[in-house]
Formats: sequence, structure tokens, C-alpha cells
Amino acid sequence: MKIRLIEIAHGRSGDKGDAANVGIIAYDDKGYEIIKKHLTVERVKKHFEGICLGEVERYELPNLRALNFLLHNTLGGGGTVSLKLDAQGKTLAAALLRMVLEI
Amino acid sequence: MKEKIRIASGQGFWGDLIEAPYNQVTKGNIDYLVMDYLAEVTMSILQKQKNKNPTLGYALDLPKLMKRILPICKEKGIKVITNGGGVNPASCADAILKEALDLNIDDLKIAIVLGDNILDRLDEIIDSGCELNNMETAVSIIPVKNKILSANVYFGAYPIVEALKKGADIVITGRTTDTGLTLAPMIYEFGWDRSNYDLMAAGTVVGHILECGAQSTGGNFLGDWETIENFAEIGFPIAEAYPNGEVIITKHENTGGRVSFETVAEQLLYEIGDPKEYITPDCVADFSSIKLQDLGNDRVKVYNVKGKPETEFYKVSCSYKNGYKAVGTLTYSWPKALTKSKIADKILRQRLNNIGLQFDEIRTEFVGYNAVHETLAAKIDENIINEIMLRISVRSEDRDSVSRFGQEIAPLILTGPPSVTGFAGGRPKPSDVIAYWPALIPKKLVEPIVKLLELR
Repeated sequence: MKIRLIEIAHGRSGDKGDAANVGIIAYDDKGYEIIKKHLTVERVKKHFEGICLGEVERYELPNLRALNFLLHNTLGGGGTVSLKLDAQGKTLAAALLRMVLEI
Repeated sequence: MKEKIRIASGQGFWGDLIEAPYNQVTKGNIDYLVMDYLAEVTMSILQKQKNKNPTLGYALDLPKLMKRILPICKEKGIKVITNGGGVNPASCADAILKEALDLNIDDLKIAIVLGDNILDRLDEIIDSGCELNNMETAVSIIPVKNKILSANVYFGAYPIVEALKKGADIVITGRTTDTGLTLAPMIYEFGWDRSNYDLMAAGTVVGHILECGAQSTGGNFLGDWETIENFAEIGFPIAEAYPNGEVIITKHENTGGRVSFETVAEQLLYEIGDPKEYITPDCVADFSSIKLQDLGNDRVKVYNVKGKPETEFYKVSCSYKNGYKAVGTLTYSWPKALTKSKIADKILRQRLNNIGLQFDEIRTEFVGYNAVHETLAAKIDENIINEIMLRISVRSEDRDSVSRFGQEIAPLILTGPPSVTGFAGGRPKPSDVIAYWPALIPKKLVEPIVKLLELR
């Protein structure tokens, strides 16, 4: 069965220098098991190919049914250096929620 | 000791809703109003203002706000804690004292926290062997030292606790962590031991929930945001804190927005790195230990927070000038809006090339198509696109090149693809690029100074 991540999770993203942080929160425990299994570093790095130019770090927060990703070298230099419209990565959580999962 | 205190967030950044702090002090009972005014870019702007006029360099909104809320705060016994002092807390306090005199308030204590501004001490600090290496690249600061505009240490809760112990009604700091503003009244009111790191972490986590204003009460909420009621009158967060470190996040009754597990969880994840290592001057908080319980009625309990001892360093944030940039936009309409935008971009780039302009970076974005989601944007059928805003930006060390780029945008209207508009703002002007230099400094090299100013 195919689902879009946005059907089972929400999230928020922001900037940490030139890195973006993307937090993804599942709506329930079942959803958390799905994101924990499917949102691997490799999968997320592939999803953001051409956007995230550095490494991806992944952290688990089972207490919040959440995963936190740090996408390095993603914001065009970050801060006021960046020329990007979304220099702070505010829309990247939504961009990750576009992902289609085969479950 | 009080059984509980209510700490209200009045401002998530400098430029946030002007009515928010007023609503926090009038729409219900609170004990503390905390306000974060400082982003990294703000410090360099304030330093520039102070360089031109030594009585400036703080959030000018603050005295205006205090004029409005001071009588209410005095009447209700609400204390105000803010980092709006920027690079000049003393002048900020003077301006507020002046407003108080105008209001015939003759009994007011304002504490200021100084010592965070190390701009004039850089040589001395570097000579002592601390080269303020960049936290991200490990490079020494010496090569950019002469370009530095501002340099500030992030203090934690303790200087504010000291200020409250001196009896301050208002505490004005310079660079202080956002989390310290909220943690401080908990330490002060409940007599928390600073070596009880679980309590330090509990207050820090609550500070993180409050520091972005309404972003924890339904603002910018990505979940079922369409069901959130009354954004127009959104209530800013209030932390109802208890001596054992448990806190209930809520908001005033009869305000808009929502406090739920989901809205609080989103804010907890905002701008964090390793959740087990949330480092502040006061402790290292473990965000993976936090438990949330949604109590309903816009109340969420935050408990079970674990923490570890603080590190031996303060974080320093320096800003330095790093060239110029400019952004130009034009809007193309149906038919073939995207194709027109792409051709206009090509024409512009050829013209810039023909006159020999070089940039460190030139970037083209098609707003309405893929400006923010880039490669992830869904493909679109050109026949149904109504309009596209072409957004082109450049960055360079050379101000003249950036200025000339700005002169090349408007001519596209008469010399390129048709059905184009949106050039009302005049030529894009070069603006300064301010870059940041994050570093660490041993705590023993800087000492916070707390001063009390009194009207009697």
C-alpha cells in the first residue's frame, strides 16, 4: 500500500547555520513505527537530492513519536548570506512530508 | 515559596505582534512577562546604531511597550524579563525609567545585565590564547577579526536570577539565551539548586517552548492547522510552573490558537540538533526524556525532563561584513508564464555576462513553481499556470557589480518576453551581507555584571 508521509505525520523545520533541521512527528504509535522504519538517513538524503548537499543526521525521539533530521549544507550559506527565498528552511518539513512510502 | 508561577511569552522575535505582550498582561493573571528580541542579525544592526549614536543599540520598541504596560505591571505585580537591551542595556533602562517618570511612577527597580559584549575585548581574549575558532569549521577568527561588527557571549539564567534577588521589577539584558529568560524566574521563585540539572533542564525546555511566541500555541502549525480557531486573536504561550519542575503550557482563556500535544511537540523540535545534547550555559538538556500529557482545554503538561551538567564554555556569536547582495523580481502572466520567466532569466544572464560582471553566486527561482521545494516540486502543466514570479539574486564582494545588476532588471520589461509586470519597487539596491562566526569561550574569561537602577 502506498501512502504519503503527510497522511501519518506532521512536523516543523528551521535553520541552524547552513544546516536545516527537519522534525517529523507521527500522529500515533503505529505511524511512529512506520517513520522509524522507512525514514532512514539514506532515504531522506535521496529525497533531498540536489537540495541537501551535505550529510544527513537522524535522531529518534520516541517520547514525542518523532524523528529529527539535520540536513547539512542545505541553505545556501544560511543567514543573510543565503540567496534562497527559503533561506531558513521553513518549508522543508512540508517538502519531506511529500514523500511517498510503500508500506 | 510560591506554589506555582505563571510565566508568559510576549514576543517571539523583534517584529512579532505588538499587541501580544499587552494581551498577556491584561487578559488574565501572570507573574512574569518574558520577551525575546534578539536574533543574530539583530545584534549587528544594533551595534551599528550604537556606533553612530552611543545612546542607541537596544530594541526601541521596548520603552514604547513599557510606557503602555508599566502601570498594569505595577498594579498586578508582574515582573518583566527581556533581552531587548541588545548592545546597550543601560540606555534601554534609562529610556524606560524616563517613561516611568512621565507616568508618575516613583518606585521602580530596573536591573541590567552587562558583560556579554566582548567586541572591545577581542584582542585581549585572543592574546590570552583563546582564538575563538569557528565552531563549524575550526578556523581561527584572526583573518576576519578586522571585519567584525559585533561579538557577544550568550549568558544563561544566572545573571537574571541575581537581578531578581536584588529586587528588580524589570530585568534588561544584552545577549542572553532565550531559554535563560524563562528558566531564571523558576530558579528564583522556587529556590532551585543550580546543580539540580533535571530542574535546570526542565526550565530550559519550557524556555524553548516559549521562546518563539505563538509557534507553540498553533502558529505555523503544520498538523491540522485548518481546524485551529481564531488565528487573528491567537493567545501567546503561558507556562504554569511548579516547584517540582512540572509545567503546564497553556494560554489565556478567550484567545485564539490551540495548545495540544501536537502544537507543543512541533515547537520542541524546532531548530534543535541532537535531542540528547541541547546545550545551554545552564545545563545540557535531554529532549528525548521529555514527556507531554495533553490535559485538554488548551493545557499540556511537560514533565520527566532530564539534564546533565553545563559545559565549561559560553557560546559567542560574532557578526562580520561579507560583501553585498541584491534581489530582483518580475512577474510574468499566462500564457507560457514559466517559459517567459526562463527566457527572461537567460537574457539577463547574457547581458550580465556581456558587460563582464562576475558574482560569487547568482540564483534564479520561479516563485509559483519550484522556488521553495526545488527538485521536489511537482511538475506543472504550463497551460494552467496563471503567473510566475521570476526572482533573481546575486551576491558579490564588489558593491558596484551588485548595484549594476539592480539596474539590469527593469529593462527586461521593454526588452524581453511580454505580459510582464511587478516592478513598482524601483531598482533593487545592494544590501550588506552579514555572516556569523559562532565560537566558544571559556566561562572564566567573561563575567556577567548585574547593576540595579532605582527610582525612589
